[in-house]
Amino acid sequence: MQDYGKFKYLVYLILFVLTLFFLLPMYVLFATSFKSFAEVSRQAMWLLPSEYTLAAFGEAYARLIPHLRNSLVLVIPSTLISAMLGSLNGYVLSEWKFRGSDTIFALLLFGMFIPYQSILVPLVRFLQSIGLYGSLQGLIFVHIVYGIPITTLIFRNYYADVPSSLTEAAKVDGAGIFRVYSKIFFPISIPAFVVVIIWQFTNIWNEFLFAVTITQTPAQQPITVALNNLAGSQVVQWNVQMSGAILTALPTLLVYIIFGRYFIRGILAGSAKG
Amino acid sequence: MRYQVKEKLVSLGILAPSIMAIGVFVYGFIGRTIQVSLTDWNDIVSFMQGEFEFVGLENYFRLFNDTRFITGLWNNLFFMLFFILGALALGIMMAVFINDKPRGHFIFQNIYLFPMAVSFVVTGTVWRWIFAPGSPRSPRGINMLFFQLGRPELMWEWFTSTFSIGPFNIALVTIIIAAVWQFSGYTMAMWLAGLRGIPEQLIEAARIDGASKWQIFTRILFPMQKAITLSAVILLAHISLKAFDLVYVMTGSGPRNVTDIPAVYMYETTFRGNNYSRGAGISIILLMMVGILIIPYLVNTFREE
Repeated sequence: MQDYGKFKYLVYLILFVLTLFFLLPMYVLFATSFKSFAEVSRQAMWLLPSEYTLAAFGEAYARLIPHLRNSLVLVIPSTLISAMLGSLNGYVLSEWKFRGSDTIFALLLFGMFIPYQSILVPLVRFLQSIGLYGSLQGLIFVHIVYGIPITTLIFRNYYADVPSSLTEAAKVDGAGIFRVYSKIFFPISIPAFVVVIIWQFTNIWNEFLFAVTITQTPAQQPITVALNNLAGSQVVQWNVQMSGAILTALPTLLVYIIFGRYFIRGILAGSAKG
Repeated sequence: MRYQVKEKLVSLGILAPSIMAIGVFVYGFIGRTIQVSLTDWNDIVSFMQGEFEFVGLENYFRLFNDTRFITGLWNNLFFMLFFILGALALGIMMAVFINDKPRGHFIFQNIYLFPMAVSFVVTGTVWRWIFAPGSPRSPRGINMLFFQLGRPELMWEWFTSTFSIGPFNIALVTIIIAAVWQFSGYTMAMWLAGLRGIPEQLIEAARIDGASKWQIFTRILFPMQKAITLSAVILLAHISLKAFDLVYVMTGSGPRNVTDIPAVYMYETTFRGNNYSRGAGISIILLMMVGILIIPYLVNTFREE
């Protein structure tokens, strides 16, 4: 840092201004959600509350709690199942390569880049035909399927670094695919599982397009759809809406604060380069 | 030999469910959407009954004569351009500074990256509050701030402005700011990972030769990070084509479609207007634009391996 000379202070100033920019929406969220409805007036909209109240949180909580539950019911099975699928796929594609396996991997990978609009109409018809349209189960199924590319990618790149000396001996001893996996690969997979689970948890929790098209009745809607619907109600109660936004963001923010390092690994893995 | 055959069968068996799922739900459904885009499924009755007639490219011709679609394409183009420039410039600057380990760099890094963990629905809600113009008599958001600071002449309509410079609708500025806010951390993370791979001695040698910080950046860091920067450009471009949630939650299509993008049009015309074929056409055009970016990128990535 010292070789910036007198520009050092400019660098700190830039970093500080950027910090303000990045925290501005957070300020708005907190300042607004702790206000009473009477205080969400235009005059004081940028000021901190003169009196802190949890009333808005209470109302947002009461209205959103069923949807928070829906999101949990959605996120937990789809994250775990897609992580397990990704681990097995990644293991086979890195350790048991066969002719054409790299092509299969590339074709799988393309699935994570497509705009999901391009499969939405047939997807809705398909879910209607098997009776899962409009339900959380349908949404879980969708997230498992479209989670395959990214989870496979993360595990494949992770397993690619496992030294072959570790597996050769086991293979010579006649250990088959499942034995090598359960004895060697699965036990060392915990860091990759953490990355994948955090990534899937965050993305599925935050997802909106599938959620808004597939779940139709309020009883089935996850939190992101419910939050957007809060805005649609007659008088916009900004304090309630901002409290709702905080409740929606809190789980993924907590995960980010606790597991930030693994979250970054997920971000980097998403760029397809290992 | 028999051992190998058996293992190969087991490998395929493990992969089979995923291959089938992606085969059907990605490739099969894309094929189906292409087929739908060539039919006249533009009302709910024929859709539910599954009756359709092929109309060739008619949906596509109609789209390219449709002001809303053309406006959306232009909007997406400008959004993509400025979003990429902004996220790259900010992200690279943040990465270079943080890599030099200023005091508190860990905190700065975490603050710059946290928007990526938050849903577009949340951030769209907040940015809508910030940029909501209100009216001249009773301003809102930033306009209120200008008003209270005694600079009412700075107030403007933000995302409801119908002013445009050529085909560029300036209302898009609000969405660009929100998207840059959300994604500059992405460029930063990619650049930081790359910077950590550049050998210390190389920078040290340049410094001993009297190179300035700026020269080190333009002559060493930037050229060495070219591949990473290109990846970032491609990934950001593809994100901008898919940025449905942010626009839909924050502004919607806006007055005279000033903040419309094809992804939003597709959703509304398909699921609100029951124009399934037209929606399918829009999504195939989107897919082709993403494909032009992503397929060479994937091919190149695999060739390197």
